[in-house]
Amino acid sequence: MKFKVEVFLKDVVLDPQGKTIQKAIQSLGYDRVHGVRAGKVFMMEIDTANETEGLAIAEDLAQKLLANTVIETARVTPVP
Amino acid sequence: MKVAVVTFPGSNCDEDVEHVLNHVIGLPAQRIWHREEDLSSYDAIVMPGGFAHGDYLRAGAIARFSPVMNEVIRMARNGFPVIGICNGFQVLLESGLLPGAMLRNAHLKFLCQDVHLRVEQTGTPFTTAYDRNQVIRVPIAHMEGNYFAPPDLIEELEANGQIVFRYVHPDGRREDTAFEANPNGALHSIAGIRNREGNVVGLMPHPERCSESVLGNTDGRKVFDSLLNHLRGDQ
Amino acid sequence: MNIMAPATMEDARDHGLTPEEFDRARSILGRTPNMVELGIFSVLWSEHCSYKSSKVHLRKFPTEAPWVLQGPGENAGIVDIGDGWAVAFKMESHNHPSFIEPYQGAATGVGGILRDVFTMGARCIACMDSLRFGDIDAPRMRFLVDGVVGGIAGYGNCMGIPTIGGETTFFPAYDKNILVNAFALGVVRHDAIFRAHASGAGNPVIYVGSKTGRDGIHGATMASEEFDKDSEAKRPNVQVGDPFTEKLLMEACLQLMQGDAVVGIQDMGAAGLTSSSFEMCGRAGTGMRLNLDAVPLREEGMNPYEIMLSESQERMLIVATSGREQEVLDLFAHWGLDATVVAVVTDDGVVRATWRGQEVLAIPAEPLSTQSPVYNRPTVRPAYLDELTGEEDLILPPPSDMSEELRSFIASPNLCSKRWIWRQYDHMVRINTAVTPGLGAGVIRIVGTNRAVAMTSDVNPLYCYLDPRNGTAHAVAEAALNLACVGAKPLGLTDCLNFGNPEKPDIMYQFAESVEGMAEACRALEIPVVSGNVSFYNETEGEAIWPTPTVAVVGVVDSVDHLPVHSLTPGARVFLVGEAETRLAASLYAYTKGSLTGRIPGLDLPGIRKTADTIREAFSLDLVEAAHDISTGGLAAAVSELAAFYRTGITLSPQVVDPLRTLFGEGCGTALVISNDPDRLKTHFTQNGVSVQELGKVGGDRFTIEGTGVDLSLQDLIDAYEETLPQILEV
Repeated sequence: MKFKVEVFLKDVVLDPQGKTIQKAIQSLGYDRVHGVRAGKVFMMEIDTANETEGLAIAEDLAQKLLANTVIETARVTPVP
Repeated sequence: MKVAVVTFPGSNCDEDVEHVLNHVIGLPAQRIWHREEDLSSYDAIVMPGGFAHGDYLRAGAIARFSPVMNEVIRMARNGFPVIGICNGFQVLLESGLLPGAMLRNAHLKFLCQDVHLRVEQTGTPFTTAYDRNQVIRVPIAHMEGNYFAPPDLIEELEANGQIVFRYVHPDGRREDTAFEANPNGALHSIAGIRNREGNVVGLMPHPERCSESVLGNTDGRKVFDSLLNHLRGDQ
Repeated sequence: MNIMAPATMEDARDHGLTPEEFDRARSILGRTPNMVELGIFSVLWSEHCSYKSSKVHLRKFPTEAPWVLQGPGENAGIVDIGDGWAVAFKMESHNHPSFIEPYQGAATGVGGILRDVFTMGARCIACMDSLRFGDIDAPRMRFLVDGVVGGIAGYGNCMGIPTIGGETTFFPAYDKNILVNAFALGVVRHDAIFRAHASGAGNPVIYVGSKTGRDGIHGATMASEEFDKDSEAKRPNVQVGDPFTEKLLMEACLQLMQGDAVVGIQDMGAAGLTSSSFEMCGRAGTGMRLNLDAVPLREEGMNPYEIMLSESQERMLIVATSGREQEVLDLFAHWGLDATVVAVVTDDGVVRATWRGQEVLAIPAEPLSTQSPVYNRPTVRPAYLDELTGEEDLILPPPSDMSEELRSFIASPNLCSKRWIWRQYDHMVRINTAVTPGLGAGVIRIVGTNRAVAMTSDVNPLYCYLDPRNGTAHAVAEAALNLACVGAKPLGLTDCLNFGNPEKPDIMYQFAESVEGMAEACRALEIPVVSGNVSFYNETEGEAIWPTPTVAVVGVVDSVDHLPVHSLTPGARVFLVGEAETRLAASLYAYTKGSLTGRIPGLDLPGIRKTADTIREAFSLDLVEAAHDISTGGLAAAVSELAAFYRTGITLSPQVVDPLRTLFGEGCGTALVISNDPDRLKTHFTQNGVSVQELGKVGGDRFTIEGTGVDLSLQDLIDAYEETLPQILEV
């Protein structure tokens, strides 16, 4: 089964990349676009037929490796 | 007396540290491959700079799971002197041996230049040879040197005297928001910290790059002189 | 399409081969090539790989000297630096990819040149980059600058190799064709040099490094259509570099080459597996039997055409001693790298490949290289040369505020500090960088000896446009003086010759003249050409770049005790040494005033050689604290760069006839020398027959050139010099 892990910097942490990208977006004329944040997406296939089990494995990986929990949060979702 | 210089795939400054320890300081040092599982014959550990695992995922994030890290953690917990320089500091942070995390430099680019540091703690095995609040010039070279910790942790580090090195102006003044004093934007201008016990130190600047007069600056030498003194039992 | 079907003339044309070239291929094979073989001929006979338009001219270079251990023909040139040590170096262009995708284009350019050096057994210890950008406000230019610098930094820093020098300019002639020339240098013991020879029939050939994908296969009518209809989307034009894998590859190869299990080794660069196999066999007079089913693949359904022509990065081909395969495979496994035996060396001189039980190609290696096309393309002197190169020097209106004039000139993009660029490069890693960037030449000490190696990259494309022959000679002379000014003796030159379309006679004229100029200067200064690269077709919509023959010269400093000082003694005297015709015509100053015309300054090569030797000896005798040649930007630029580098005020009192020419006039052959032992310094130069004139001294916090109206605070000068790039690039 396929799973997706999205990792973002926590809100309390400054995201200069997100800010810079937002400035660039606005300088292109899209002044209605706000709240831009840059993150990472990890895609993976897990050998299981059980979605709950797969989510648990992906979540475990997210917390242990894919995200630095001091500064980042992770969200795990199944990919249909 | 023997120092282990832990080398990961992608470490670059391992040879530099080994050279300074062996040939400038006279302290025997050996590079140790990251799969080594027994460091019991060593008296101190240096985690050198570089790009372990290419800094892929996050700097130090993959290296912290290497087999050698079990030994590093064991020796750190047993009070052995452990220092992480640049990428080595990042590995210590990712492995939890030091608190906090590194973010990308505030201006988003790699930065290789001299900075000035105030040596605020001279009680660690790596800073006894300095004077308290001495200002030294040491180069940095990193993309992720912007130290972060949540506010309560920062307060705790300050209160406990765990800030060992701080970025400052050449005259010793701290100015967190000035590029000239704190180029990577680190919180509280933090350049290097120690653990609560005081035996594990991490810093982003590279003292091994300023330990020989032919290179124009020897301000970093005392980090290694301190270690030699400590291992010899002098204070 | 059937890759085994005989190629047609139309297929050949689609692959960039002329009918004559196709016939030549047919006669080498004794039959019509199939599509795989056609692909191989087309890529090995491309301009980039075969040098077909440039070879007849490149033969004019002097390539030999007693200290040359390896001249052109291998992956890098090698010169002796003493004590059993040698340095291997080369420069390569990655212009077109960098224009498309600047970060990866520049990054893979660095990756490629590093492999060329460590494939010789040399540990890479320094990099330089010569970058030619367009006008900063031209479309995409900021994006290109950011990307190129980021890519060089990203790759070099991760490899742990210091990038210590180079040149960066901004001229509209490069608006649509930027240039990225990457240089690398490594150090090796004489008895540990490896060459790219596939010797010894029966020896195993081992592939190591990243898996092979569909990277860089251009214009292929040979899609894997029969396997996958969606092939276009899967075929990347610009490769993505993986410096982590290359770092492991370099460490593993260097470790392997300390033993004797390796007979020959070559990196897979342009034309990948094809060039490495054919070139190694061509040099050794052997053949090879490749098993394409054994090649590690990253993509599904790749056919032999794609496998042979892929330009996937970070791969090496190693010929090992028969029986020692496992040792080699084990060593690479320790470093976490894929390694597989993919071929065996044969003695029939034919490179063959099998795939799925069938032989899919068989080409004799040696004729493929010895009978590769060589063209002596027509040359015609372009009309513009006669229109633009008048003899009279330029007369320009004097500005009312000379201090301000100098400030804004020093702040202009072509002269200003490039710190914004080089502080993104780790220029200190390996703790051997003895001179920080910013002075004119990079210097790396060689641990285990008392010596240092110096290197510089130079060319003034404005001069080369106005006078291809003498402009190129100037580049060599300037490089020699730059090296002398850090106490180094030049040993060898590598080049990157960047030009437009060689099928145009006026471009070919520029090239031919440039080569003549370089050959002449190299002979006069006794600097052999040991390696190099040609990049043609740098033009868009009929507009070519200025002729840009970038030269990089490497030299040796006898002792680290004889290098420029880290800080100057206040009160030390400044001298002008040597002689040069100085002109405003063709100068950068005149260019900034809108003038692109005039005869470039003359060149006294024997005089320059003597001046350079005398400066270098002065360093050896401890008479000199620092020195700086006077070239682009004239005296004003040279003094400003010294003042900014050492953060010292300077006061000069030159003989002034015309302030503008004194400050901004350009020539080649003079240098500023700073000494705290003025009497002995003067005697040294006088005794050697080199003109020497005291100009002033260093110290204080003002920057003053008396008689010209220039008088400003050192801080004002430094601010002007340092602020430009951050201001124009960080928007």
